[in-house]
Amino acid sequence: MSKTISIDGKDIPFKEGQTIIEAATEAGIYIPHLCHNPDYEPHGSCKLCTVKVNGRNCSACTFPAMEGQEVVNATKELADDRQKITQMLFVEGNHFCPSCEKSGNCQLQGVAYHLNMLDNHFPHFFADREMDASHPDILIDHNRCIFCNLCVRASKETDGKNVFAISGRGINKRLIINSKSGQLKDSDIAVNDCATHICPTGAILVKRTGYSVPIGQREFDHKQIDEVTLQKEHKDHG
Amino acid sequence: MKQFIQDVIKINDFQPVRLLTILREVQAEFRFISKQAIEIIADELNIERTQIISVVEFYSFLHLEPRGQYDILFSDSITDHMLGKQSLMDYMSKQLNVAIGQTREDGLVSLDNTACTGLCDQGPAALINGVAIPQLNQQKIDTIIDLINKKQPVSAWPNTIFAIADNILKSNLLLKTEIVHGEAIKAAFDRGLTETLEEINASGLRGRGGAGFSTAMKWKFCSEENETERYVICNADEGEPGTFKDRVLLNRYAHQVFEGMTVCAAIIGSKQGFLYLRGEYYYLYQQLQQVLEQRRQQGLLGKDILEQGFDFDIEIRLGAGAYICGEESALIESLEGKRGIPRNRPPYPVTQGYLNKPTIVNNVETFLAAANIVANGANLFAKLGTKKSSGTKILSISGDCAAPGIYEYPFGTSISQILTDCGANDVLGVQVGGPSGTFISNQELERKLAFEDLPTGGSFIIFNQSRNILDVVKNFSHFFADESCGFCTPCRVGTSLLKKQLDKIVDGHGSAGDVIALDEICQLVKNNSHCGLGQTAANPVLSTLQRYPELYQNQLKDIGYEPGFDLDASLETARRLANRDDAAAHLAQTEE
Repeated sequence: MSKTISIDGKDIPFKEGQTIIEAATEAGIYIPHLCHNPDYEPHGSCKLCTVKVNGRNCSACTFPAMEGQEVVNATKELADDRQKITQMLFVEGNHFCPSCEKSGNCQLQGVAYHLNMLDNHFPHFFADREMDASHPDILIDHNRCIFCNLCVRASKETDGKNVFAISGRGINKRLIINSKSGQLKDSDIAVNDCATHICPTGAILVKRTGYSVPIGQREFDHKQIDEVTLQKEHKDHG
Repeated sequence: MKQFIQDVIKINDFQPVRLLTILREVQAEFRFISKQAIEIIADELNIERTQIISVVEFYSFLHLEPRGQYDILFSDSITDHMLGKQSLMDYMSKQLNVAIGQTREDGLVSLDNTACTGLCDQGPAALINGVAIPQLNQQKIDTIIDLINKKQPVSAWPNTIFAIADNILKSNLLLKTEIVHGEAIKAAFDRGLTETLEEINASGLRGRGGAGFSTAMKWKFCSEENETERYVICNADEGEPGTFKDRVLLNRYAHQVFEGMTVCAAIIGSKQGFLYLRGEYYYLYQQLQQVLEQRRQQGLLGKDILEQGFDFDIEIRLGAGAYICGEESALIESLEGKRGIPRNRPPYPVTQGYLNKPTIVNNVETFLAAANIVANGANLFAKLGTKKSSGTKILSISGDCAAPGIYEYPFGTSISQILTDCGANDVLGVQVGGPSGTFISNQELERKLAFEDLPTGGSFIIFNQSRNILDVVKNFSHFFADESCGFCTPCRVGTSLLKKQLDKIVDGHGSAGDVIALDEICQLVKNNSHCGLGQTAANPVLSTLQRYPELYQNQLKDIGYEPGFDLDASLETARRLANRDDAAAHLAQTEE
């Protein structure tokens, strides 16, 4: 007999070693997330996937599924917290969707739509962040980085390169580039690297491709992020 | 430079896990970690330069830009402020002609703040080139300024400047009965290791760092792991503001602490232990090394300890200024030469700790108590305290009282008893357990020191009626924002939002709704953060908001809304560009 956990009262089967989010995705249940990508070791830092496990808040992307767990996911309380965490990400950096080429394909924006985020709620930090346009094919706009660590993981695990790392402490956290000059042009990155394409926001962009898909025909223009994500992550990993 | 760095790396055995140690030495020698140094270290250790940069940026005692030849850091604990720290620091800033947070142009001196240095019973305190200086006063500051102007090296300064007192003012079981060297190890082998673990279990000893997990259980879980390479770590990263008992224990009772670690190693089957000593206690480093050396010579460390066929040794590793490293999994990351980011759990350190091997992390006081229990039996310990909190607790008492210092009490002692003993009058409230603990008002002084009532890692700060609670809360909230590691969103962004929102209210810019907004941020940070730092960062606000809501409400202006930033000041650039300064080029902060 397969083991089960309960998510919002519904019995969900899981395999030994699966996390809660993996079990949920397989069962067609969407738990919002940004730093999680099933291709990589879970990170657990964005905290959007926070669920209640037996009454305690846990990150669904890192917490192992265990027989008999009572998981609470779709409640107003959790949705409110997730919305506020998303708002925190918006005010921490400098996100201007209307002028961003990633608009419509941006997971941060997609999650914000999904969580019905209508304003930024918190005061802006107006962080002073840089752009790195040194590379001929790739652009980094640090204003949009949410520190999901996916480029770090992708470069290391898939590309075998270690182009990125997270540095700084607390609110001064920042993404750094592994090159003598600190600039992208002097790093080992290539336009076809996995790390170049994995950014959930518009922080890492391939130059001269910004509008090859027009606004209005993009991923989240017509579909909600839950549908898109479940399809993608379930198909590849279900 | 290359030669120096290569030598340091060679002494450290080319081990990337010792990156922090290596960087500390490079920082001390060159006053910063230059780009060139980064390349050399990366090369020699065969690690990425980004690992080095990220470690340097994470720890507050390491720098990418040069610090002054005299690097002065004033302790910024609330107790330092209560003892007049700010005026002394301002005076020094003026006399030495260096702004706070800056390095003087000629590179002679830098002046800045640092989190609590663990000298709250003898503050205001500072660190100069990493060495602790207690009891600053006008005269001492003048002496120091003079020494700096004469460019006397810190090593040649008079010893009296650095003299730190233990101030043990009340002893009970642990501080009274120091064991003979080797007594606990011998008792453990005589009794049998399984029986010794049972003895510790019978004592009811719980972790003294604050969380209170059963020590015997932790050791048992670790000893039952399949992986046989195991580690023992003593957490001496005593960073909770207001705590300084571990400093005294390591100064006076180091043998017994190491003995407790050795007994633990024998029980769980470990060959290697670490003392993770907070960078602020650097001045204890040499003498602790000597204690270890002495124990090796006594046959109590090293090969074949007490001829029992048991090998175990201890290495001391220094931190470099990061409160978060007191969290056990962040401490382990730091020991591995990385940024101190708390790990995801499970797995817990007992199954996957240092180098992903089973690891015990216990507080200094826990090891001290364990050695006592093993040497003298569980009974003496277990008969003290309460049912759920056996034994005694060593407190670091500071703030408004006649006799700040170290006090040991059986659990279950009332707060009022403690206040009487240390000579505290006219009490407004007590911060029990440091900023991450609880603020109790003078209406709650019959509450008890115990895991089931008021737990504490040791911090006990007293405030009298002359103090402003909001100043205290502000100091604590700034502390958490400064010390957040930045890993998770709720803590990274939340502690900064909390700081801003609190400042807005305390500084008199709050309006209706701002206290509710403050409470909302608190709940968010508390409920969603990754580790204990974020989960407790809102405690100073929450525990005072609950007890003194009127204090917060009274700060609010009687208007609908006021923005959190200075409207008129924000227009300064526009005025300059437009070359205007007429009335229409100014904005009032609130509607008139």
